[in-house]
Amino acid sequence: MGPALKLVVQRVALGLLLLLLVSALIFAGTNMLPGDVAQSILGQSATPEALANLRRDLGLNEPALTRYFNWLAGALQGDLGTALTNGQDIAQAISHRMKNTLFLAFWAAVIAVPLAIFLGLVAVRFRDRWPDKLISAATLASISVPEFLLGYLIMYFIAVKLRWFPSVAMINDSMSLGEKLSAIAMPVMVLTLVVLAHMMRMTRAAILNVMQSPYIETADLKGLNRFQVIFRHAFPNSIAPIVNVVMLNLAYLVVGVVVIEVVFTYPGMGQYLVDHVSKRDVPVVQACGLIFAAVYIGLNMLADIVSILTNPRLRHPK
Amino acid sequence: MNDKLKFFAGRVVTGMMSRREFFGRAAALGVTATAAQSLVGSAALAAGPQKGGTIKVGIEGGGSSDSLDPALAANSTMTTIIRMWGEPLVELDPKGGLQMRVAESVSSSPDARVWSFKIRPDITFSNGKTVTAEDVLATMERHSGEDTKSGALGIMRGIKSMKADGDVFVVELDQPNADLPYLLTDYHLVIQPDGGKDDATACIGTGPYVLKSAETGVRFVFEKNPGHWDDSQGHAATIELIVINDDTARMAALQSGQVDMVHRVPPRTAGLISRAPNITVRRTAGPGHYVFIMHCDTAPFDNSDVRMALKYAINRQEMVDKILFGYGSVGNDTPINSSYPLYTELEQREYDPDKAQFHMKKSGYDGPILLRTSDNSFPGAPDATALFQQSCGAAGINLEIKREPNDGYWSEVWNAKPFCTSYWGGRPTQDSMFSTAYLSTSDWNDTRFKNEKFDQLLFAARAELDQAKRTQMYADMSTILRDEGGLICPMFNDFVDATSDRVAGWEEAQNGFGLMNFYAPVKMWVAA
Repeated sequence: MGPALKLVVQRVALGLLLLLLVSALIFAGTNMLPGDVAQSILGQSATPEALANLRRDLGLNEPALTRYFNWLAGALQGDLGTALTNGQDIAQAISHRMKNTLFLAFWAAVIAVPLAIFLGLVAVRFRDRWPDKLISAATLASISVPEFLLGYLIMYFIAVKLRWFPSVAMINDSMSLGEKLSAIAMPVMVLTLVVLAHMMRMTRAAILNVMQSPYIETADLKGLNRFQVIFRHAFPNSIAPIVNVVMLNLAYLVVGVVVIEVVFTYPGMGQYLVDHVSKRDVPVVQACGLIFAAVYIGLNMLADIVSILTNPRLRHPK
Repeated sequence: MNDKLKFFAGRVVTGMMSRREFFGRAAALGVTATAAQSLVGSAALAAGPQKGGTIKVGIEGGGSSDSLDPALAANSTMTTIIRMWGEPLVELDPKGGLQMRVAESVSSSPDARVWSFKIRPDITFSNGKTVTAEDVLATMERHSGEDTKSGALGIMRGIKSMKADGDVFVVELDQPNADLPYLLTDYHLVIQPDGGKDDATACIGTGPYVLKSAETGVRFVFEKNPGHWDDSQGHAATIELIVINDDTARMAALQSGQVDMVHRVPPRTAGLISRAPNITVRRTAGPGHYVFIMHCDTAPFDNSDVRMALKYAINRQEMVDKILFGYGSVGNDTPINSSYPLYTELEQREYDPDKAQFHMKKSGYDGPILLRTSDNSFPGAPDATALFQQSCGAAGINLEIKREPNDGYWSEVWNAKPFCTSYWGGRPTQDSMFSTAYLSTSDWNDTRFKNEKFDQLLFAARAELDQAKRTQMYADMSTILRDEGGLICPMFNDFVDATSDRVAGWEEAQNGFGLMNFYAPVKMWVAA
């Protein structure tokens, strides 16, 4: 077995172990939440009888360990249980919401990733000159503004004043792709602005790091133009750190967009999670937690595997 | 003859027939001039509603965890949805009285113990089935009994027996209650086929709309129920409810024309919203109030002078100005205000630091007083406690504030700790408000108020059919509560809604909830 393959296998095993630990943490954490599911479902207007009836029906009296293993076994088979609050099948509800979240994340990534890398390359090309400074200042400013504020600003100017795009990013199955894209235009804009800076700065730093190497000087001396040197010679050798940061941001686009989904009323996973957290719907919170953890761990694992595989020293051992 | 007259009146309004001609024709049909005149007036109103079009509503409160079962509805979104497809036996009239819905008429035995509801003949559920008294009985059964999770259980508890007798639904109570029909206006109690026992979440009822698509917590689409019996409701062909919980996003959706009406306009921004040219902010005084509640059986609040001192130490007008931004009215330490049917105005208690100091001294208690609050106990609650702390300070009372997390506030703090902030949505009648929260034996007696005379008055008033005597009894009860109770009620909050010019037909509701008691989508129409 080559060292690269061995590393990859190790990395996958580590990812799975991590996921198992996280599942235990999620389960323990959700069981320590203050308050009581039945009380949260019925709210201030709950009678003691209604509370007692609901608690009994929800099976809140079984021991925690039994519930954990039942849950884990179910989750491995794709059965995430039913929501306590409305009795709907969780896997079915989540798959619908997940599709929406991935749709939004996909279009945000399609715009943000190439744009970030391109801006990073431009920044390196014009290092320490005004394009570099402008790009850095603009992207750093956009990442420094809290995303909900960015959302409100864009909503105010583009939806309320100019009326170019709708402020409520509501999509449903009966809409055409064009209508859907118009509906998600504003959240995509905000997400792009939020993730752009991180990826752009990392691209710039990684390439600058490589730019110190002797082979870049060689390429320069061969008479290649500056942009070609950066794109053909420096960029491939700095892929590992860039892929890492891109993956981190992709993960963020899937699991970290709760605020944006709420601000733009987008029917994705984040809002689904928030709704159920406030109602103490523990099975749903656990399922969402597990899926978010899996996405995060999975994408990070992918990033590591890519950096292992793109490392020539590991691909071609002596 | 009636149809003919209606037709003629309509022609007058649309200008196709002169008034003189109309009166002539009406006289030919044997109608007096005054009656004919009033017919034209009502036809003018009736000519108003435009049929068709789509109304979009931006609504708060819904979540993807909601259930479509009316028994479990507990937020504004689900209440509005129930109003679309279902109807209760009777409903609150916008002017404060009662309106018949599924029931055609109501009568009671002279002692108000046995109530009969005659079911409207020939009305059908949206699945085509005719509504019977058995359906009503089954509905009420599903909301009562120890096993139910219904939010209306508290109301159903006083019922001794129920039966369906031909087309009449009969309720027998444990104790007389002159207000029973008001209690049955509760939004959970919409009539479902077989009471919803086979499928509670089917959304089949007698309402003006039929549910076409539902994504809980996201979006609901309704289409007009062609078989609905009442012309005065259900004007738009389609109604779309969009759940927008974020305040700013909801207001932006209204301003950008994506929705035609919203509810819960934050008072802080209501002034700004109303400046937009095509938007009208609507305020409705309601029974909802924000409260500071003390347990009358726990030290130091078991001392009536401590309670009185705190009541004098709160600046009510300042709260209305700074917490409600003027969208409300001052409270008077009773849960009752002018939105209740048998209301009597009591002398207003004012902020008086000297009197507060006097009562505090008299009580002999000089330690700090701990007040718990949280963001979700009412909007602006932490700010209100800070104002209270300052006005207490001026009276030499040391008020300490503890900020509690929103999570678990309703189970761990409210109705558990001796002094905290909270809110009440109000109830349709004095009787239901008092029995819910101030009767000694009530589950939600969140001030631990136990007063024998108050309880006696409550039961006596319930059985009293003489309105003047009842009004006096409720005034006496409010006075007892104001002077001896553990409730500090600084303010009643208005419902603040907003509509765009694309819709018309707003009608002020005297009681119930905001958005015309959540009937705005079914009662308003798309303006030309």
